[in-house]
Amino acid sequence: MKNKTSVLPQEGEARPSRCPDNSAFKQQRLPAWKPQLTIATVLSTFFVTGMLCLSVGVCLILSANSVREFQIDYSDKCSDCSELRENSSNWNKECHCSVNFTLEEDILGDVFMYYGLQNFYQNHRRYVLSRSDAQLLGENVNNSYCSPFTTYQNGTPMAPCGAIANSMFNDTIDLFYNLNSSVIQVPLLKTGNSWWTDKNVKFRNPKSYNLSSAFAGTARPPYWQKPVYLLDEEDERNNGYVNNDFIIWMRVSAFATFRNLYRRVSRIRQFANGLPAGNYTFNISYNFPVTKFKARKHVILSTVVWSGGSNPFLGIAYVVSGAAATLAGFVITAIHLKLRKRKTCFQK
Amino acid sequence: MAQDGTARHCTALHCSAWHCSALHTTHDPLSCAVHPQSNCIKTSKYNIITFLPVNLFEQFQEVANTYFLFLLILQLIPQISSLSWFTTIVPLVLVLTITAVKDATDDYVKRCQLPPNSTALSLCSLRQEQWMNVRVGDIIKLENNQFVAADLLLLSSSEPHGLCYIETAELDGETNMKVRQAIPVTSELGDTSKLAGFDGEVICEPPNNKLDKFGGTLYWKENKYPLSNQNMLLRGCVLRNTEWCFGLVIFAGPDTKLMQNSGRTKFKRTSIDRLMNTLVLWIFGFLVCMGVILAIGNAIWEHEVGVCFQIYLPWDEGVHSAFFSGFLSFWSYIIILNTVVPISLYVSVEVIRLGHSYFINWDKKMYCAKRRTPAEARTTTLNEELGQVEYIFSDKTGTLTQNIMVFSKCSVNGHSYGEHKRPEPVDFSFNPLADPRFQFWDPSLLEAIKLGDPHVHEFFRLLSLCHTVMSEEKSEGELYYKAQSPDEGALVTAARNFGFVFRSRTPKTITVHELGRAITYQLLAILDFNNIRKRMSVIVRSPEGKIRLYCKGADTILLERLHPVNQDLTNVTTDHLNEYAGEGLRTLVLAYKDLEESYYEEWSERLRRASSAPEAREDRLAQLYDEVEHDMMLLGATAIEDKLQQGVPETIAILTLANIKIWVLTGDKQETAVNIGYSCKMLTDDMTEVFVVTGHTVLEVREELRKAREKMMDASRSISNGFSYQEKLSSSKLTSVLEAIAGEYALVINGHSLAHALEADMEVEFLETACACKAVICCRVTPLQKAQVVELVKKYKKAVTLAIGDGANDVSMIKTAHIGVGISGQEGIQAVLASDYSFSQFKFLQRLLLVHGRWSYLRMCKFLCYFFYKNFAFTMVHFWFGFFCGFSAQTVYDQYFITLYNIVYTSLPVLAMGVFDQDVPEQRSMEYPKLYEPGQLNLLFNKREFFICIAQGIYTSVLMFFIPYGVFADATRDDGAQLADYQSFAVTVATSLVIVVSVQIGLDTGFWTAINHFFIWGSLATYFAILFAMHSDGLFQMFPNQFRFVGNAQNTLAQPTVWLTIALTTVVCIMPVVAFRFLKLDLKPELSDTVRARGRRGWARGGRPLPWGSLTHPPVLSSGALHSARAEEAEDPAPVHAARGARGLPPLRLRLLPPGGLRGAHHVRQEHAAQLPGALQLQRPAQRRLDRDPA
Repeated sequence: MKNKTSVLPQEGEARPSRCPDNSAFKQQRLPAWKPQLTIATVLSTFFVTGMLCLSVGVCLILSANSVREFQIDYSDKCSDCSELRENSSNWNKECHCSVNFTLEEDILGDVFMYYGLQNFYQNHRRYVLSRSDAQLLGENVNNSYCSPFTTYQNGTPMAPCGAIANSMFNDTIDLFYNLNSSVIQVPLLKTGNSWWTDKNVKFRNPKSYNLSSAFAGTARPPYWQKPVYLLDEEDERNNGYVNNDFIIWMRVSAFATFRNLYRRVSRIRQFANGLPAGNYTFNISYNFPVTKFKARKHVILSTVVWSGGSNPFLGIAYVVSGAAATLAGFVITAIHLKLRKRKTCFQK
Repeated sequence: MAQDGTARHCTALHCSAWHCSALHTTHDPLSCAVHPQSNCIKTSKYNIITFLPVNLFEQFQEVANTYFLFLLILQLIPQISSLSWFTTIVPLVLVLTITAVKDATDDYVKRCQLPPNSTALSLCSLRQEQWMNVRVGDIIKLENNQFVAADLLLLSSSEPHGLCYIETAELDGETNMKVRQAIPVTSELGDTSKLAGFDGEVICEPPNNKLDKFGGTLYWKENKYPLSNQNMLLRGCVLRNTEWCFGLVIFAGPDTKLMQNSGRTKFKRTSIDRLMNTLVLWIFGFLVCMGVILAIGNAIWEHEVGVCFQIYLPWDEGVHSAFFSGFLSFWSYIIILNTVVPISLYVSVEVIRLGHSYFINWDKKMYCAKRRTPAEARTTTLNEELGQVEYIFSDKTGTLTQNIMVFSKCSVNGHSYGEHKRPEPVDFSFNPLADPRFQFWDPSLLEAIKLGDPHVHEFFRLLSLCHTVMSEEKSEGELYYKAQSPDEGALVTAARNFGFVFRSRTPKTITVHELGRAITYQLLAILDFNNIRKRMSVIVRSPEGKIRLYCKGADTILLERLHPVNQDLTNVTTDHLNEYAGEGLRTLVLAYKDLEESYYEEWSERLRRASSAPEAREDRLAQLYDEVEHDMMLLGATAIEDKLQQGVPETIAILTLANIKIWVLTGDKQETAVNIGYSCKMLTDDMTEVFVVTGHTVLEVREELRKAREKMMDASRSISNGFSYQEKLSSSKLTSVLEAIAGEYALVINGHSLAHALEADMEVEFLETACACKAVICCRVTPLQKAQVVELVKKYKKAVTLAIGDGANDVSMIKTAHIGVGISGQEGIQAVLASDYSFSQFKFLQRLLLVHGRWSYLRMCKFLCYFFYKNFAFTMVHFWFGFFCGFSAQTVYDQYFITLYNIVYTSLPVLAMGVFDQDVPEQRSMEYPKLYEPGQLNLLFNKREFFICIAQGIYTSVLMFFIPYGVFADATRDDGAQLADYQSFAVTVATSLVIVVSVQIGLDTGFWTAINHFFIWGSLATYFAILFAMHSDGLFQMFPNQFRFVGNAQNTLAQPTVWLTIALTTVVCIMPVVAFRFLKLDLKPELSDTVRARGRRGWARGGRPLPWGSLTHPPVLSSGALHSARAEEAEDPAPVHAARGARGLPPLRLRLLPPGGLRGAHHVRQEHAAQLPGALQLQRPAQRRLDRDPA
């Protein structure tokens, strides 16, 4: 084609207007990189990836193994309480129970205390949607986002509204260290557990001279025992919508089994290095009903490393993928070598 | 019309004559009130006001668009709505807008391309009128060389006896002129005043498509006059040699025979389109299945779990049972899973096709500098089908040939002239009347004339006398010939230059300047040419009084009619004739006979009686002609070259190598067609046999076809003895046997036989026979037959057909075929207007198919595969998540991600691949025509490939969900807080999805231009930019309830665990694909892979583009493709055979072509300085479709 067209007389004439441009783009001659899977690239990719994955996996497993974790299911530990809570009319009756446990060895470093819920569908569509971020930002708006927990029948708006807020986890858990028959309360930090953006951007109390007046004209959600402005009476900056426990609860979980950060052990006095081995007691005020919908609740003590908590999945997955990639590399080499003999035969 | 006094006559005339369109008997003047058929043929659809409603209405007729509208309505129901309304409406509006803009552009372009409707001509000789304003009953005046605007009844003309000449090339492809004559009573109406008084009435047949028949009656002044086709001028003809004529419009606009013949415009869809529609339906089914599964899941979940959870999450109002909740959840899931049916699929496909069309328009190598016409893709919806063509139906005249005849050789008295070419053309300066454009290269012929060789003199005298050419002498010595056929023109011009100048003719005389002497011959009789006689004769009386018959005609006929004394001369001449025919020249044999005065008198008396005989006139005349054209003396033979267009044999050779069958359908006579078949290498001398079917009755045709089949079967039986036992094969099995025929056959079939062959009971027989032949030539076919042949192949073969032609007679075929290509040649633009693609040279067809078509197909297939893959990978994640969120139709991703995924994050890279991808450089497509095969066999995108893509998509979605699930469950961030919150999970999955599909498109892209780089990296960058913007504080503070993900991006993506998860997902999703692709490449490479690898290796060495040095196989092959195939065959047949065996293909066979038999195949190769002593042809005996969609 090429030499033929060039023969055509074009030079002498005035350039015809309808002649297409001779640009690389229009003639589809753009310079291009034409990658192709060659044995070298493929094998190197496989071996390099395999090795990388293996080493990352080993690191992950090692670090995950260094995490110390302690977990207690207390849903049925206080059997009276769970029965009591099954009937919602008993909402204002207090129920306390204590759970004793022994730490065989020290938990060193920062110790985090979580409450864990199982079979609690925080990711249900209607549940996830049932919140008003505008309200939580302190804007006094009434809107339909919170359905079905928007207002009471008499028209009083709920604050905070919505199914998520209404179902907030409201057990209080205290930790006591039993040292030689003396009981020492482990100092726990209840602030600084949430994302900075949540605490400072996403949640804001309504503006007013004090909190209770800011929430005037609203009522607490039906399952709450106290109004939102009494969530933390000691710390003004941890009260109302910006209460840490509330913020953490409002960040809904992706799955029905989850754990939320509840408290951090304050590293002072005996606990400067973490939790020493010994006997401990959880004093729990049992408010949150779970048995009614077949859920479970736990309290968890754990440390973290760079890769998070003690979940071994990622490490194992990396090791398996790395091994598979390396193995695949060998298989490909074997198949290719078997074939290459034939190729060289006829290329001579 | 009614503007002045004279015009009123015309109006009156209007009404009186208008009955001709109220063709059905009624003479009721009321029928005048009915609007007569306008001549305007409207092709544009919209105007400015109607555009929006009409276009929207049309668009919502598309199932897909209606479906999305339905989804939108669903989303407005709060109980169901699982997604915001904008996730559907944004893409929908975008899609509708793009389509509307495209439709508007198309329509606008069409509007501008209607030159025939805008030509002006005189109407009623009173005023100029646009063609479109011509109405039935008008009288219009035509001038020389004008197109006839409508079907006219000829009333009068400038020539005596109301004669006029027309050229019907536009209509039936015949280039000779035809005579039409007005009926005597109207031929007197030579001027406007007389015409104004004409108030006749025509009753005629209803509009039909028969070009050669017309029946009607003119009622005028109480008399009846019968009308026939001889009185009609049909739309599309051109007036020739006639200064002017008047005609009464009988049929206008769509009623004209031309339009009736052009077939209905069908909306063409490609096979990929049909497959896509099927697949979309399947996906719908799949979607409903998923919906049902999840709905059942929801009902069970609500029954078991949800019912207890009601204290925290009561059921919606109106939902009282788990079953009803399941029902609602079905619709919710239909909404969130709708992205498996990609809304942007159709519009993306359109955009890609538009891009490909532009590449065709821009292709400099399909630009004809001589005619200054670039190639043009007139429809933008068929491009990828260009890569799947299996049958090409080609017109001959003007398509394969230039339609320019040149006198090239002759044989006179046993001596052949024109063989020895000299560098200088013969000098004709001795002859003042010579045509300066005529060239002849053998001076010995002129010498023979100058020496006075009587045979040569008689030879040229015959050429100057025996013809029907008209001459025109504008000034002394300036002769112009008007020939009925270009052949005759060429012969008479040759005689003129050699000194036998035909000067003028009257009905009774012919004046010839013989070597400067003017001699007037008395013309006694003209024995016309017709298709059966295949010869014409004149009987002239020379000035000396001798009566002589001169005859020229086809060799087969004429050689039998010679006097026995000619035997020796006949043998020599026959040798010459064979030689000429072998070169593809059109030959004629010339002979003469002296007649006795007395015999002539007696014969002419009988002729006179026969011609006035009331019945069987034709037969009696034929008999008389036959009698006198006997025992003639041989003079010699002529050889005329109908020059092929440049590059035709090469193109045909390459297309044949690409497994494309080429059928020639021509209105020309059989000999011509066969000659051209030879000269363009469709027919070759080493073909086993060329079957000629010329039967006139059904039985004859059936018998001829049967014989042809038997011969082919016999031959293949003798080759493989396996068939000998299967004497009685049922007709269904016959097909398979015939398809496996060995040897090369060709079929030539005549139009009248074709009419029988196309009848319902014989069409399958005909088709099977024809398809077993390598080449098929149908001659003397009508435009409608052309369409029927195409329709036949379409109907039974389920193959993609392409029709190419240049004249109006090809329009029906062009419209019928899957793809119509118009050659913008000398025969007007009717074909181009009806075509889907147009260019000006046949040879561009190879580039259109092998380069543009192949690429389009490849790109479209890759695009579709990837597109379905990415949407499944995207959507199926919701399905898996359903099992973990109580089947509540909670989406995994942020709603903005769902909105933007298809239209922003992943659209441009795949569009760039769909527009720019190339597997092998364009030269390679020509060098290795076999690269075209995957398209014909539908290998790159079919149901199997679709399922592979879907499987890959589902696999990806599984990993995309379960790896983050495994990582996130119970995990904490490095600062101790929960990791597995819903929003972090959504961001992680979305990010890994975008990265995985981007890596995948990177793998799929084989041709990374700067644009691809820009789009792929740009899409990733855009994703992160939009992600951070959407999760920013500012947007949240403005719309807190819309942008709930505030701060999520920076918090989540700061976690090493999240990145490790994304990396792992990417590795696990991509590595198996890489492994499979590589193994496929390594174990059973496609031809394109081999070619690509070879090109790459050469490039890597930095030397020449291809390492041809390594291809030093003994007889250098025409293509490296064959090299690898052959080599593997020779050394180790396993890989190729295994691969082919698995596909059910018979093994490859190789055949050596004679040297030079494959000029086309290697002309690019010549750049690489490889001399090709021979060429190998790779052929598969039968071509079977593997996975062709039956639709």
